[in-house]
Amino acid sequence: MSGFLAGLCVAILPLLAAGFWLGRRTARPQNLGDLGTPVEHATFETLHTASLAAPPLRSGLTEETARKSARRLRSLLGTDALCLTDRKDVLVWDGVGDHHRTEIMELLAGPLESGRGEAFPLTCDAPDCPVRWAVVAPLTVDDRVHGALVACAPRESAVLVRAAGEVARWVSVQLELADLDQSRTRLIEAEIKALRAQISPHFIFNSLAVIASFVRTDPERARELLLEFADFTRYSFRKHGDFTTLADELHAIDHYLALVRARFGDRLSVTLQIAPEVLPVALPFLCLQPLVENAVKHGLEGAADKCHIQITAQDAGAEALVVIEDDGAGMDPVLLRRILAGEVSPSGGIGLSNVDDRLRQVYGDDYGLVIETAVGAGMKVTARLPKYQPGVHSAGRLTRE
Amino acid sequence: MNSSYAVPAVALVVLATILVGAFGLRISRTTSDFYVASRTVGPRLNAAAISGEYLSAASFLGIAGLLLVQGPDMLWYPVGYTAGYLVLLLFVAAPLRRSGAYTLPDFAEARLSSQAVRRLAGAFVVGTGWLYLLPQLQGAGLTLTVLTGAPDSLGGLIVAVVVVAIVAAGGMRSITFVQAFQYWLKLTALLVPALFLILAWQSDGAPRRAFDEPATFREQSVVRVDDTLKLKLDRPLPVTVSGTIDGRDHEEDKLELPAGTHRIEAGTSLTFAKGAQVPERDRSSGGGLSPSQAESRGERPLYATYGLILATFLGTMGLPHVVVRFYTSPHGVAARRTTVAVLGLIGAFYLLPPVYGALGRLYAPELTLTGDADAAALLLPDRMIGGLGGDLLGALVAGGAFAAFLSTASGLTMAVAGVLTQDVLPTRGVRHFRLGTVIAMAVPLAASVLVGGLPVADAVGLAFAVSASSFCPLLVLGIWWRRLTPPGAAAGMLVGGGSALLAVAATMAGYPGSGAAHALLAWPALWSVPLGFLTMILVSLATPGRVPPGTAAILARFHLPEELRAEAKA
Repeated sequence: MSGFLAGLCVAILPLLAAGFWLGRRTARPQNLGDLGTPVEHATFETLHTASLAAPPLRSGLTEETARKSARRLRSLLGTDALCLTDRKDVLVWDGVGDHHRTEIMELLAGPLESGRGEAFPLTCDAPDCPVRWAVVAPLTVDDRVHGALVACAPRESAVLVRAAGEVARWVSVQLELADLDQSRTRLIEAEIKALRAQISPHFIFNSLAVIASFVRTDPERARELLLEFADFTRYSFRKHGDFTTLADELHAIDHYLALVRARFGDRLSVTLQIAPEVLPVALPFLCLQPLVENAVKHGLEGAADKCHIQITAQDAGAEALVVIEDDGAGMDPVLLRRILAGEVSPSGGIGLSNVDDRLRQVYGDDYGLVIETAVGAGMKVTARLPKYQPGVHSAGRLTRE
Repeated sequence: MNSSYAVPAVALVVLATILVGAFGLRISRTTSDFYVASRTVGPRLNAAAISGEYLSAASFLGIAGLLLVQGPDMLWYPVGYTAGYLVLLLFVAAPLRRSGAYTLPDFAEARLSSQAVRRLAGAFVVGTGWLYLLPQLQGAGLTLTVLTGAPDSLGGLIVAVVVVAIVAAGGMRSITFVQAFQYWLKLTALLVPALFLILAWQSDGAPRRAFDEPATFREQSVVRVDDTLKLKLDRPLPVTVSGTIDGRDHEEDKLELPAGTHRIEAGTSLTFAKGAQVPERDRSSGGGLSPSQAESRGERPLYATYGLILATFLGTMGLPHVVVRFYTSPHGVAARRTTVAVLGLIGAFYLLPPVYGALGRLYAPELTLTGDADAAALLLPDRMIGGLGGDLLGALVAGGAFAAFLSTASGLTMAVAGVLTQDVLPTRGVRHFRLGTVIAMAVPLAASVLVGGLPVADAVGLAFAVSASSFCPLLVLGIWWRRLTPPGAAAGMLVGGGSALLAVAATMAGYPGSGAAHALLAWPALWSVPLGFLTMILVSLATPGRVPPGTAAILARFHLPEELRAEAKA
């Protein structure tokens, strides 16, 4: 009997899960109950449908996003058929009358050129085809026509023309936001390029000076350092790929630290504790080295005689946890917050805030840097790196043993 | 069996696991020398970790038990458990590593860029994980019962609590070292006693009748029946009885039980003469909950064997705790090398359980009668060697068995909890991971209390069947077929994996009791795997417009070696 019960449980669990999922999918604000008048209900309904259509469009106008949003948009307009096009092709046709695709593209030539909405009668051989009129509303971003929204109906209707125009304007706003997202990405990319160019000046001077000081006293050491320098710059200036592996990034850090240690000698000590499981994790290129550079700078700043830096990389299930800690001068948290918010430009480079921005950009806002610090108490920077993130693949060669 | 050595041995294993888990990294990797600190995990270490995580209670105790009860046909189990890695090596290992996916849902998302398929894969990971955790807890309960006579569910509870505590506290930081340590521990725990047992067998004149049908008692033996059971005799059996048989009380009576079915009440002692045939237990009415799969195996051995082969060969690649370990390999080629090493390590391990099975048939044949066949490996040292030596060897086996429960259960719990936190529970964070851990363990624990008596290896076989029917099509077609679409993948997983899951539920509930339908449900892989493949292919072909954009680039990434890719990009 209890065996039967157990089997029943095993069978019911997936059903429960499916029910939960369905429930969440179909949950609508209809359950508002007695909240508001019927008119307000209709408004809620409309706003809700619009909000459901928005997220796909925020990634720009492609076949995939058009397909996801077209159904919502059609229910918003209440027409028999709705189609979204770009400048050349029909991206999606939702509803009846699919055979009008080519005809629509011919009709669209005018509106796409002029950027004004129009209504056309459609010619159709099928006697029972419900689609007789097409209302065309262009989608514009920054005064450039990107495509068109076409609503098809059995007869001409001024209301539909007006509604289609409004919906098209709303879609255009979403596309503008998508454009804005893209330019933000481009800005960050530009910043990375700037960062690559910016690593160097001071560091290059100092490194070369250190190497020069060894050339006569210890030529072998000078040669080693020069090779470290070469390796580090090759990594920093490499052209391909936005992502690297934790192993490669740590190697670059090692080259960097070798040069810094040559300069500061005993004043700087470093401990590494690295879980081998996380070495293959892919992460944005050069996003830990600036943190180490920062730690070195803070650690040796001021009167501090000696500085200890600890770098740990831990395995934490689906994430890797990287902690970089120094026992140096620390920083006023209020100042740090303003630097991260971009209100004041920090004295040395764009390190912390740039790294923070890039991590958030790639992994989402949950994955920003966590910084613990106070004046005189050192600084501890924690970065969480998911082991898998769609679109994050290291392009570089993994360090072979 | 003497528990005064076994209990400390088990405690020692638990303690060692916790210590290696928490401090293994600190001891071995804290250094200022970068090249030591950042050495990637080599194929051999990673292979030992994978093997350690993979060799579960089913391998450690279950196979010996099945061999003991059902003879050499059951050698397909170790063969299947090992050969799964061959399929993994040939079709999956390197591309899976190059995909950059950490878990199976990650792979689904990387290949098909679909959140819906990702969630579905997550659901199947949870299902498979729970099915696989169930026998681990049951095995722990059994071990503890044999060792100390504690109630059945206590051992499972202990393992559950220890695992949840370790995992939730983040104590598995150096998981590669822990699992590798567990592998060598398990190998030692079976190898050393096996050597002594073989010596004892040699000195006993090396009897070779292990797999004679049917098994016979080698000397006069007394069997005490703890649960009421029914015996099926096909010829009359002389036996001395103290207790109740067929409703009649006996006190040291010599009887000749006629052929047919006899009901033996709990508490009865049966004394069998030397050379007597070991009677067979009537399983369909055995008072148990889930009629063993043995019955359908007896009726349709060929079908059952093929079902088992298909499930184990194709199911290994879908085991959530095995897949995540491949991420540790630095690149695709290393993943392949790791798999080859795994084949060697696991192959070596699986030579041992059959030794216990065969010796068990010689020296502890009454275990088939009392239904504790899974305990054969634990009891043999005491039975064959006895004295202090037997106790110590028994303690070693017990410690190894607990290592098996701990390593597999902690790996599975981490995998299931990871999926629960990432894809099911609302927000992410450490606290939610702990909640996920508790849920991941609570469900199989509750089920293990409810379900009870399914043989350990059989229950694992069911988990393999679900994995083979849902993840094998997804992985193989995802890696090797460019026309796979998200709707196709979702439909294939739902139809193949879903039907296997339903069959498993029906089997566990004991429905239907016998016949062809029961055989079909007890060994679902033979029809559910082709069904999953077929659905996935047909639905994908029917939705050609939904092939994800960039499929060619994704497949190129899966199949091109990393160096080549870097050069191509440069």
